[in-house]
Amino acid sequence: MEAADFNAQRSKSPNQRAWRRFKRNLPALISLALFLLLLALIFLWPMLSAYKPEELSEAQFQPPSALHWCGTDVHGRDLLARIMSGARVSLLVGAVGAAVSLLIGVMWGAVAGYIGGRLDGVMMRVVDVLYSLPSIVFVIVLITTLEDLVKAALPGGFGADSGLSVRLLLLCVGLGAISWLTMARIVRGQVLTLRARGFVDASRALGAGHARIVWHHILPNVYGIIIVYLTLTVPGIILYESFLSYLGLGIQPPMASWGSLIAEGASQLNPIRIYWWLIVFPGVALVAALLALNFLGDGLRDAFDPRAT
Amino acid sequence: MYFLKRLILMVPLLLLISILAFVLVRVAPGGPFDRERKPASPEIERNLKAKYHLDEPGWKQYLRYLSGLVQGDFGPSLKYRNHSVNDIIRQGLPVSLTLGMLAFCFAQGVGIPLGFYTAARRGQWGDFVGSFVAILFICIPGFVVGPLLIMAFAIHWRLFPAALWETPWHAILPTVALGLYFAGKIARLMREGMLGTMHEGFITTARAKGLSESAILLKHVFRLAILPVVSYSGPLLADLLTGSFVVENIFQIPGIGVFLVNSSLNRDYTMVVGLVLVYAALLLIMNLLVDAGYSLLDPRVQYE
Repeated sequence: MEAADFNAQRSKSPNQRAWRRFKRNLPALISLALFLLLLALIFLWPMLSAYKPEELSEAQFQPPSALHWCGTDVHGRDLLARIMSGARVSLLVGAVGAAVSLLIGVMWGAVAGYIGGRLDGVMMRVVDVLYSLPSIVFVIVLITTLEDLVKAALPGGFGADSGLSVRLLLLCVGLGAISWLTMARIVRGQVLTLRARGFVDASRALGAGHARIVWHHILPNVYGIIIVYLTLTVPGIILYESFLSYLGLGIQPPMASWGSLIAEGASQLNPIRIYWWLIVFPGVALVAALLALNFLGDGLRDAFDPRAT
Repeated sequence: MYFLKRLILMVPLLLLISILAFVLVRVAPGGPFDRERKPASPEIERNLKAKYHLDEPGWKQYLRYLSGLVQGDFGPSLKYRNHSVNDIIRQGLPVSLTLGMLAFCFAQGVGIPLGFYTAARRGQWGDFVGSFVAILFICIPGFVVGPLLIMAFAIHWRLFPAALWETPWHAILPTVALGLYFAGKIARLMREGMLGTMHEGFITTARAKGLSESAILLKHVFRLAILPVVSYSGPLLADLLTGSFVVENIFQIPGIGVFLVNSSLNRDYTMVVGLVLVYAALLLIMNLLVDAGYSLLDPRVQYE
């Protein structure tokens, strides 16, 4: 590397350097562009499309045509419109679930790393133990059992679709609650090294409280890594959601997610006629989104955490 | 000594899990007999509840359950009335385990060569294509692969049976559907491991001695690069077991995954708790075995 270039790099903050590394990663950039395009499409689609996702019609099981680009389903609904509305649900669960995991993971990791000592030991053993448990089994039991309980506890003010929102809420919280372990480990490791640095001692000497030190001095130095693992958590949660929806434990009709659309397609499998579009198109949408998010997460990880690879 | 301690630690852990699962299914409204034929008189329901001791306070039920458990009895199923939970586990577990092991072998068999190939061709077209295939495997969930495989190989070309679990032919499509994701994951681990090892000093030495590139890769790099794959095998097996619900569901395979979903919907208490315990125990044992195997493979790893 040239000396001048080296100096230019030195003068920048670690996050700026990471951003420069990220901009050289072509697959990650393409994924970012594709993902933003997908987001724009999802939110603009209701305005662009002539079909509503719930609109029933006589045209059942139409193969893809100029009229219905992705064909129609068992009730004659336009599949493309349903995929777009399913995308909104899937991405919403992914984003909210990741936010839940972020909240728990960062708090757990920061407290364990900052306080250290015996508490750190206990908290990290808890993470180890949770790692070794069949978390998805618990989510299944949690969702099936708590749903009625939450529904009964909520006041009736949520109207007719309170059932839908309860399921959505449980999905986000449940999936977030099993996805924070890696985040906690990473944050704890980072906080542990940052805690011993001079600027932390300096601000402690100036009389800053623990909360202020963690919030203002330690966490801002960790946020690059946090974003990386957040991006890698989102596809995981989307995958879990579609997995549960496929089993009939996730999103309920008439609402749809990619997983429940694929499940509907699979339920139409029969030895006589093949309705391939019912599985292929939602599947392609899901796989494309997961691919883009994974490339993006890998690119961010390479940029922010060069030692990780 | 370390492993003995972990083995002993499993007992309170499983106890805690059983309490958690028990409480979770019991606080939910609705009981296992709600969906019986409608005109079940209050009297019949009371008798049913008395028969399965559901009228007792919760802690008493739990202790009763626990004392059965100690004797290896998971209790009766509340939904499949003439089967005990033991029966169902005895029938379903071997199926789930077989499927899991087959998918494990498939994942290793595809993943390790793919990772090796991409690392050997690093920076070339073979690497790009192979790495893309690997990440594609990771992004295609089993419930997309499964129906696609059925459509193509079972319905269109009629090469394999579409469902059920009878002959070895029946196992092929589910194995692929379950194992593909993990094959991609192993390929990526293998590639990373190989690339990391290639920079080691002893590889430079081997190269300086004039060994051929393939001999270096096969004899020296491979042995070290396989270690991350080995340590991933524990979580992998665990994921294969818990991930098999969907594949069992698609191919109508009579494993225990299908029962877990159904019984927790049906509030079949004994069944849910029993199956959760089976899954948890399998997972804990698997992780223990992998850690033990790891310290055998790499003597530098020490557990205290």
